[in-house]
Amino acid sequence: MTVKALADLELFTPIILSEPERDISGVYIGDLLSWVMGRAESGNAWITIMSNLNILAVASLADTSCIILAEGVKVEEEVIETAKQKNINIISAQCSIYDTAVFLSQVL
Amino acid sequence: MSDILNFHFDVDGGDFTSAGQASVGVKKNLRQLGLPPEIIRRVSIAMYEGEINMVIHAGGGSADVSVTEEYIEIRLCDKGPGIKDINQAMQEGFSTATDNIRSLGFGAGMGLPNMKRYTDYMKIDSVVGEGTTITMRVNIN
Repeated sequence: MTVKALADLELFTPIILSEPERDISGVYIGDLLSWVMGRAESGNAWITIMSNLNILAVASLADTSCIILAEGVKVEEEVIETAKQKNINIISAQCSIYDTAVFLSQVL
Repeated sequence: MSDILNFHFDVDGGDFTSAGQASVGVKKNLRQLGLPPEIIRRVSIAMYEGEINMVIHAGGGSADVSVTEEYIEIRLCDKGPGIKDINQAMQEGFSTATDNIRSLGFGAGMGLPNMKRYTDYMKIDSVVGEGTTITMRVNIN
């Protein structure tokens, strides 16, 4: 499934799709950035509640397909602008991390 | 064996928002060289961890990356407080980061272990009160 196809589903709101046709392979969940960077796999959708600028470096270096900000976490304009420059996809989900993950396991 | 490429970066201390620029820059350069994606991922993750450590603990420093035919070497130098007990610092979960830094998602005590995990060679030279130099290598073949 592509990031755009996922973002179009009702549960999600696209925040910035810099690379909408990127394929999603698997999911990783975590908020400790080093932990995520050490364990997320290339192509994973990464579910987190962290929304500071550093998530972009982690997503870029770990090569995740998209960041999913769960629990309705808000993101600042500066993060969106930087994501655009770094070709990073960010999607928002209002529901909990758990519900987001359960939903992903059904659609991926 | 001769170096075929060298990159130098100054890592700005105290600026979390731009931390990672050197690693992302290296990733881009290595991609242009056509190196395998997994090698690039390992180098850039190890370097990012080192970069973040320099920002958190040492007020910045410098990063030098050399690409040879056999390996990629990353050398990180800072004039920070040094590491008192390297064995302790290498343990997963050990961290001296402040609560403020933890609230940003750092300070999990995974930095040095990740650097070791993602590289084929790692050496830490640290003198308390003077600074730390870390040399890491990722073999290309």
